[in-house]
Formats: sequence, C-alpha cells, structure tokens
Amino acid sequence: MKAVCWHGANDVRVDTVPDPKILNPRDAILKITSTAICGSDLHLYNGYIPTMQSGDILGHEFMGEVVELGREVKNLQIGDRVVVPFTISCGGCFFCQRDLWSLCDNTNPNAWMAEKLYGHSPSGLFGYSHMLGGYAGGQAEYVRVPFADVGPMKIPAELSDEQVLFLTDIFPTGYMAAENCDIQPGDTVAVWGCGPVGQFCIKSAYMLGAERVIAIDRIPERLQMAKEQCHAEIINYEEVDAGEALKEMTGGRGPDACIDAVGMEAHGMGLDAFYDQAKQAVRLETDRPTALRQVLLACRKGGHVSIPGVYGGFLDKVPMGAAMNKGLTLKMGQTHVHRYLKPLLEHVQRGDIDPSFVITHRLPLEEAPKGYEIFKHKKDSCIKIVLKP
Amino acid sequence: MSRKVHVEKTVTINKSAAELYQFWRDFENLPYFMKHLKSVHVINNRQSHWIEDAPFGTSVEWDAEIINEQENQLIAWASMAGSEIKHSGSVQFQPATGERGTAVKVKLEYESPAGIIGEAIAKLFGEEPEQQIGDDLHRFKQLMETGEIATTEGQSSGR
Ligand SMILES: NC(=O)c1ccc[n+]([C@@H]2O[C@H](COP(=O)([O-])OP(=O)(O)OC[C@H]3O[C@@H](n4cnc5c(N)ncnc54)[C@H](O)[C@@H]3O)[C@@H](O)[C@H]2O)c1
Ligand SMILES: [Zn+2]
Ligand SMILES: [Zn+2]
Repeated sequence: MKAVCWHGANDVRVDTVPDPKILNPRDAILKITSTAICGSDLHLYNGYIPTMQSGDILGHEFMGEVVELGREVKNLQIGDRVVVPFTISCGGCFFCQRDLWSLCDNTNPNAWMAEKLYGHSPSGLFGYSHMLGGYAGGQAEYVRVPFADVGPMKIPAELSDEQVLFLTDIFPTGYMAAENCDIQPGDTVAVWGCGPVGQFCIKSAYMLGAERVIAIDRIPERLQMAKEQCHAEIINYEEVDAGEALKEMTGGRGPDACIDAVGMEAHGMGLDAFYDQAKQAVRLETDRPTALRQVLLACRKGGHVSIPGVYGGFLDKVPMGAAMNKGLTLKMGQTHVHRYLKPLLEHVQRGDIDPSFVITHRLPLEEAPKGYEIFKHKKDSCIKIVLKP
Repeated sequence: MSRKVHVEKTVTINKSAAELYQFWRDFENLPYFMKHLKSVHVINNRQSHWIEDAPFGTSVEWDAEIINEQENQLIAWASMAGSEIKHSGSVQFQPATGERGTAVKVKLEYESPAGIIGEAIAKLFGEEPEQQIGDDLHRFKQLMETGEIATTEGQSSGR
C-alpha cells in the first residue's frame, strides 16, 4: 500500500510499504477513506519530537471502512464506517475506567521510554514517535487499529467524511480545552493560536456558554476565519501588544480563561523569542513557550489556563511566579477523545456545528509532501488539509 | 567472576489478588510476559524446569522449587541445588487502597557463575535489569487487564 513516511526533519515521502495485518485479537484493519494533517504532525515534521525513526508511518486523524477484524472484536463488522480516536486506549485500566483515556496504562509497548522522560507513560498514539507507542499511523491506504473494540465509533451513512473526520482529534481537542476553562456565564475566553485547534476552541467556548471569545494570531486568513466563521473578536499580535490589548478589552481585569492552542513551536517577536530560538536550535531547551508565557501573564487573577498545545520536553523562563501568585488553575493534556466521540457526534447530527469549515485543502495522498510543506509555511492560505487515499 | 543481580519492582493491576495469584501460580504462564523466558515446564506441584534465552543463541536451564507460598498473597521460588545458575524470586500480591486493584511486587535474584554462561547471564541481566523486569511487569499487567500484550512487532513501515 501507499503510506506517508517520515524520513527526517522536513522529509516525508509517500512510500510503498507492506499492507498492515492483524497482530492481536483486539485489532482491526481499516481501509482509509479520509485522513488529515495536524499541527501536531508539524512538530514531527520539524524534528522536535524525539524517538522518531526513518520509515515511520505518520497520521493520527483518520477514518475508514473496517476490512478485517481480530477474533475478540465483537462490536464491529466488516464494512462498518468508523472514525478512530488518535489516542489508543484499552478500556480496562484504572485510567480508562475514570474516563482519562489518553492516560491509558496498557497501550504503549515502549512505556519505559516515556517513563524515563515523564516519570510515567501516557497512552500510545497513532503515528507519533516510538516513545508514545511507535504505532504506524493512518496517512496511508490501510491502518491497523489496536483495541478496536474500544476506540472506533460507527458513523451514520447520512454524514459525510468531512463532517465527522475531525471527531478523531481537533474537535474534541478544542472542546476539552474549552471544558478545562470551567466557563461561567459572562466569561471572556482568550485563545492563542487560530490554527484548526484554536478554531475549535473558539466554537466550543461559545457552545459551553462563554460570553466573549478573543482570538490571537498573526496570520490574516486564520484571524479572518476566527472572526467570520467562529465569531471571535481578534487581535493580530504583530500589530498590537496582545497583553495590553487584552487588558484594554476586558476592563483591565484580563480574560477569565486563557487557552494556549499554539504549543511548543510558538512564533514570537520579543527578546525572549530570540532567546528560545537560539536555545531550541542547540537543544538546550526543547520547546519554545512564547505563547504560554503570554497566557500566564494575561490571565486574570484566579482564572483558568487551558493548554491543548503540545509540549514535549523542557521549558525555560516560564513565569511560574505569575501562575502561583495569581492563583491560576492550569489544566492540560492529550485529549481524552473517547469521552467526546458520542456527545460531539450528536452536536454534528443536530447541526449545531459543521466541523468541515476548517478545511482549506483537499489533496490526494500522493501529494502529502507538498501538503506538509504548504501547511508548515502557511502558504496558499492553508489552514487544514484532508488527504484522500 | 561470579556476579549477583538483585531487582525489585512494583506495579498496580486492576484485578483481584486471587486472579493474579492464580495466573502466576501456574509457572507455565510466565513465558507469556517474561520476555527472555523461553519455557517453564511444571514437574509437580512444587517443582518446575525453566529455560531462559541467553545471548549468542545459547540458553540456560535450571530446576526451581517453590519455597514459600500463601494463597492469594505470596509465591516464592528458588533454583534447586546443583543448578548452573542460582536464581530466586518472589511475587507478592497486596490489595491496593480503595479497591483500586492489587499491588504486585516482584523480587528477583540471579547469581551467575564464572565462565561463558555466566557472562551471558550477566549480560542478560546486568545491563538494565530494572527496566527488564519493569517491562515484564508491564506485559503481565497488559495481559491481565486487556487479555493481550500491546505490540507493534510485525507492523508495516517504510524501513
Ligand atoms: N492536546 C491535544 O490532544 C492536541 C491535539 C491536537 C493538536 N494539539 C496541538 O495544538 C496545537 C495547535 O494545533 P493546530 O493544528 O491548530 O496547529 P497550527 O500550527 O495549524 O496552528 C498554530 C497557530 O498558532 C499561531 N501562533 C504561533 N505562535 C503564536 C503566538 N506566539 N501567539 C499566538 N498565536 C501563535 C500560528 O500562527 C498558527 O496559526 C499544536 O501544538 C498541536 O500539537 C494538541
Ligand atoms: Zn492531531
Ligand atoms: Zn486503559
């Protein structure tokens, strides 16, 4: 089959590789019908996530048709059309049973690697480094889905791929990020980053009762989408100082909740950003926390900080003093996708939201290398790419 | 030169002590999750024959005997006199607080003789023994909680 393989920083190729096969009784094989490129994939593409190996198959946002089932998968049938959470979860451990699916104890065969870096291992993820499982991803014609009796959700025929594909990651991610803001009536929520995740944060914050949402980025078409499609007020941080502007817009108090939907590769303009780039380049610092710093400084006293943006390792000059002395609540994590599949599918079915609004590009799988390149450099007004095998 | 390795590791498993004890008490189950154990053959209620893979395509064999056991709580075993390797181990099952499963504590000791086999054994357990028993316990937990062992061995890649 054809699959998008990582071969090093800025080097992905569409290779011909063996078709996947069932390896365990709870596995299924899907024929992929749609798959997307995520901002998280850019961290791999740019070479910032350790323990990638040349030849690894990428992709964690995918859906398709069941073509083969392991003998223990009783709830699916050949031919079922399903979406698959990007987190792999067993359903039977302490964490799965407490609805903390991305923290599953049993799905990372390389748990020791993550334990060395993090103390404990989170769940395995599709196509996201050996430290997080080393599972082949779904930017391919076929994929093996472990624990297929727990993850995949069947999709009614009347919904199109594009309406449901983002249930695999970015819609639940935006939704959980908004939930982590503990939104109260009258609240103002500020969202750093108007990538696909940021867009779903904005929509979700309104769905959960925010009165105002303010979105921050510098890319005009992304700010425009935030404003026109998601009804956020916007700040272009290249034109004005975002911290000052937020203060002004919130009567001096600051936003009640702030979301970092940027993560480890934030772009920045001040001295601190220059410092981070230099340190990250020589690997003294693994992540560039420019957005996170702003979030902690901007958030109102006693407010909520929600971090869906991915951090992989070590951060420098994070104003922990601001977080502590302002009594902030910090919430973060890889999304517990399984928790959100059904409720968010219902939102789509009721027409509360059509997640396909973020899609700007549709490309054949063969053009994935070009897709990574334009998504990385935000060329051609690219916001979200769907690949068709 | 003879070498001694002692490792100890604990993992909490979301099953009752009785279930875990029963699975472990049948030593023929151990190779399912102990990666370097090729086979265990149970001879009678107390004695068993163990074969362990060693580097360079060799293997090491010994007879072991249960030296202490308390139902649903403890199993302890040791290699019998005259074995080429001195090995002992124990596993303890202790209910976790708040009905959160069972804490499983494993202790293993190997003493390898001088010579080629000794070197091989030392190599096998000398490098990262903690990680090795940690991985074995992860696999035991996976098997008990999910019925299978998470793996990517045999999956496709562009390598
Ligand atoms: N927690 C999870 O489970 C989860 C799931 C999916 C994605 N993510 C993470 O969410 C983040 C965003 O993903 P995406 O797909 O939207 O990525 P993306 O790269 O398309 O979007 C990031 C946006 O942030 C903007 N940005 C950069 N620096 C900024 C700054 N200092 N201030 C404000 N905006 C800034 C960029 O211009 C861009 O529009 C990534 O880190 C990704 O890994 C996390
Ligand atoms: Zn993603
Ligand atoms: Zn689990």
